[in-house]
Amino acid sequence: MSLYTLLGAFEIGLIFSLVALGVYISFRLLRFPDLTVDGSFPLGGAVAATLISTGTDPFVATVVATIAGAVAGLITGWLNIRLKIMDLLASILMMIALYSINLRIMGKPNVPLITEPTVFSVLQPDSISDYVLRPMLLVVVVLAAKFLLDWFFSTQTGLAMRATGSNARMARAQGVNTGLMVLGGMALSNALVGLAGALFAQTQGGADISMGVGTIVIGLAAVIVGESLLPSRRLYLATIAVVVGAIVYRFFIALALNSDFIGLQAQDLNLVTAVLVTIALVVPKLRQHWSGRKGN
Amino acid sequence: MLRAQDLHITFNPGTPIETRALRGMSLDIPSGQFVTVIGSNGAGKSTFLNAVSGELRVDSGRIEIDGIDMTRQPVWERARHVARVFQDPMAGTCEDLTIEENMALATLRGQRRGLSWAVKPALREEFRAQIATLGLGLENRLSDRIGLLSGGQRQAVSLLMAALRPSRLLLLDEHTAALDPRTADFVLQLTVRIVAEHKLTTMMVTHSMRQALDVGERTVMLHQGRVVLDVSGDERKGLTVKDLLAMFERVRGEQIDDDALLLG
Repeated sequence: MSLYTLLGAFEIGLIFSLVALGVYISFRLLRFPDLTVDGSFPLGGAVAATLISTGTDPFVATVVATIAGAVAGLITGWLNIRLKIMDLLASILMMIALYSINLRIMGKPNVPLITEPTVFSVLQPDSISDYVLRPMLLVVVVLAAKFLLDWFFSTQTGLAMRATGSNARMARAQGVNTGLMVLGGMALSNALVGLAGALFAQTQGGADISMGVGTIVIGLAAVIVGESLLPSRRLYLATIAVVVGAIVYRFFIALALNSDFIGLQAQDLNLVTAVLVTIALVVPKLRQHWSGRKGN
Repeated sequence: MLRAQDLHITFNPGTPIETRALRGMSLDIPSGQFVTVIGSNGAGKSTFLNAVSGELRVDSGRIEIDGIDMTRQPVWERARHVARVFQDPMAGTCEDLTIEENMALATLRGQRRGLSWAVKPALREEFRAQIATLGLGLENRLSDRIGLLSGGQRQAVSLLMAALRPSRLLLLDEHTAALDPRTADFVLQLTVRIVAEHKLTTMMVTHSMRQALDVGERTVMLHQGRVVLDVSGDERKGLTVKDLLAMFERVRGEQIDDDALLLG
């Protein structure tokens, strides 16, 4: 693997670590199986790309894309809390609705960003190559997101949100408005995913209607890989594990696709993902099995 | 204080498995009183408790606490006035959170939650002092996940949590039923101590007639969703478990007679 592909994998890994943090909030903290991300990721991309291509400042466009993601999460939460639709189904409804919404926003299946300014090109100094600068900026963004989440989930409100996912009945008995917590958590989760989509569109030369396919699996893969590499229940370690998981996952994908002797091609990506997730799910169980036998 | 008037709850109305759990249940508990509630399975004890806590909506009737109408309030709104310990030790605490995080949640029961740190050093010291009174050696395990504690330990912490913030009413839902006899006794003694210390108005549902007579100052027996016996003061002091059982049988017997009449 060349340095270029290595940095490329690192860059995409960082972007997907934002998705993974979002998925961690919904799946692990709220225990809400949320597939909205397959729609809110391209939503972020579509909003950012469309706004930038019509002359909006890329930073403003990125912020608007993040808010759009939050709104998508809010609606999924609302379908579940107010209309009492099962969580998984509510998120699937939102996901397919977003497919049409994204097409409407873009007005066509894709919006290229080739010559337009992006948050990366605006900050680009002459002395650093763009493929080095992008990962550097993304490290800052991801670390900021990680520390903000660590802080939020140790506040009174954040703790109430975690309690809602862990034991909603107890949370209510302590006076927590659990419905509101689910809405807030879903908004937060999908805001991160929307932000990731906006950054992805700006690094990959535009938004495409199919860019969201499998986002949830990649996000979940990152969470699972991270948890098996760094098993911990402490929140600040869990968030770092999730970020590391996303990066490691992208490295493995890049490795698999760039090793000629394996003979894998880009279209095998989803298969590789499925195999990696399976391995990550099985390894901790095998480890338990073996250590259990040793103990006897 | 607590005023429950003519509560009715019917499960699965209009179906073959229709159950009339509460049938005109009324109970007044004056401020500071410790009431124990007994009754056979299906008598409506848990239904009544859940109606007061807000987990179940009543079909009709009225629930007031200190004159505030709570009948339509959701659980989380009532939590400002009502503290609760569940039967299942797993239900009353968040197993994924640490002991101190669970306690931090409870210190803000029914209060506005903001964006300041949930567990501040001063609060941690207060928790340490509080939990030391249990004598379980938990004061050095504040940052352990509460899921690592035994059922009895979790129930003891739950009781402590219920008293961290003043409440107008403490609900205990067979909170010693899932524990072994020794632990159950420990938790019961702890209950008596905490209720006395904080002068809590308390309603304790129990499966044990012994418990019902040993603690508190008033005992209420439910049958078929209504109060059939209400003893306190001298009348209660003279009561033995045997007397209570006899009364219980009599109530049930009358019921069988009623059925016989109906069927006849």
